[in-house]
Amino acid sequence: MNEKKKDLAFFVGMALLSIICLAPIAIVLINSFKGQFFISSSPFSLPDAKTFAGLSNYLGGVGKIGFWKAFGYSCFITVFSVCAIVLLTSMTAWMITRVKSKLSKGLYYAFVFSMIVPFQMVMFTMSKIANMLNIDNPIGIILIYVGFGSGLSIFLFSGFIKSIPVDIEEAAMIDGCSPIRIFFSVIFPILKPISITVAILNTMWIWNDYLLPNLVIGSNYRTIPIAIQYLQGGYGSRDMGALMAMLILAIIPVIILYLVCQKYIIKGVMSGAVKG
Amino acid sequence: MQKFLSRYYFVFTAITIAAFCIAFVIPFLAGIYLSFTNFTTVTNASWVGLENYVKAFTTNADFLNALWFTVKFAVVSIISINIISFALALLLTNNYRGTNAFRTVFFMPNLIGGIVLGYIWQLIINGILLHVAGVDLTYSAKYGFWGLVVLTNWQMVGYMMIIYIAGIQNISPDLIEAAEIDGASPRQILFNIKIPQVMPSVTICVFLTLANSFKLFDQNLALTNGAPNRETAMLALDIYNTFYGRMGYEGVGQAKAVIFFILVAAIAFIQLAITRKKEIEN
Repeated sequence: MNEKKKDLAFFVGMALLSIICLAPIAIVLINSFKGQFFISSSPFSLPDAKTFAGLSNYLGGVGKIGFWKAFGYSCFITVFSVCAIVLLTSMTAWMITRVKSKLSKGLYYAFVFSMIVPFQMVMFTMSKIANMLNIDNPIGIILIYVGFGSGLSIFLFSGFIKSIPVDIEEAAMIDGCSPIRIFFSVIFPILKPISITVAILNTMWIWNDYLLPNLVIGSNYRTIPIAIQYLQGGYGSRDMGALMAMLILAIIPVIILYLVCQKYIIKGVMSGAVKG
Repeated sequence: MQKFLSRYYFVFTAITIAAFCIAFVIPFLAGIYLSFTNFTTVTNASWVGLENYVKAFTTNADFLNALWFTVKFAVVSIISINIISFALALLLTNNYRGTNAFRTVFFMPNLIGGIVLGYIWQLIINGILLHVAGVDLTYSAKYGFWGLVVLTNWQMVGYMMIIYIAGIQNISPDLIEAAEIDGASPRQILFNIKIPQVMPSVTICVFLTLANSFKLFDQNLALTNGAPNRETAMLALDIYNTFYGRMGYEGVGQAKAVIFFILVAAIAFIQLAITRKKEIEN
């Protein structure tokens, strides 16, 4: 086979695999335009005059689960938790890396240790404590996300900070900068690449998180994953049309975010995986 | 410098430490304590010793079934995900046209949340089963098992592929060129150079798939929710059901959670030991 033919064969093969890879989403998209009783019986047929439901699944589903409210809560919690995590854990990581004491060492190991503890271990006690402290609301849950996100984030930040020469900070100190000024004018800008990684890893986790928000705030405030799970009534009695439409609405923001910052996401996932 | 900074130590760390204590340290310690007690809310615990740990295995076979199901699932997923993702990574590092676009597509499912993934695949697998056998996912645990395998493959292959691609790209081109000049066949290059050289990536990917398979929850909840008859419930789902499905079994749920934690921690420590050993060898 000459090079050109090989190239074409590769392209066709990969294109086929890509279609298989994207097919599940396409099938859900097609079904989201069918009437709810025509979905389970024949999910692979295209909508026809009889089964086509237009946008009624979208309109019905949005009302049924309060999609825009859920979207709002998801955005609010994700954006503010990620900002808080990046800011607070980078500050903490800087201190415990630069000030070498027993306390710093202990804290570092405690944070790293928390990374390997599965959520089920703490879910019951944590949600009860959140309830007792009255932080079981969309603002309070940010604090919980800071606590849970701190393990991986501090691990990544500390690794990066160790590679920054301390001379820069010493020079700033001699020039009379306060530690707060040193951090925000000197260190934080240097941390930008690792901050992006931390932000992306935490965004993916918090946006898709189901169990934690469900246990802590789920009865009063539904994020998107909770709202979708809520559609599942008794088996067979749920509205399949609304479910399909809501799955599509849940995927769209993720795909847009992915297409916009694809490069950062793949890089972030790689550095997160290799170190974590 | 240290003295200068340490005056501000708690200005920088206090909020994080407080959040960490509330979200992790206190619940973790309380969780260990409560696993030895009987309780329905956190405040009415009474000490029962190891009773919960015994009950976790003896009340019914759910926990052992879940453990066995999880282990089987993990073994099958680790093998299939790593083989498929490594093969894709090999194909996509060949400098053909369009490799970047394909990487983008294959990675995409990884970003979709577990609940959404579960329902997407429930639709598709139920559709296929209905046409082929006239039943649905709840008919047999076999269907649920392979459904979960397909789902996790779809989700994780792209992620592992990215790690393998990085590993393959790190191989020195000189090494492959030298082998080619010496007359090595593509097959020999694959088995004697590429695979040994990407072993660090293999370790990472195997342990990532292992840990992810063990901790799988959302996908399990959405796809089968344990049906039929809790047979397809994995460890995390079984613990959740013990906590919230049955009054008076919170202590047993917590005991199961502690066992689960020890299992997951053991996996992490084995990985750490292997990685350390390899680093010393190099």
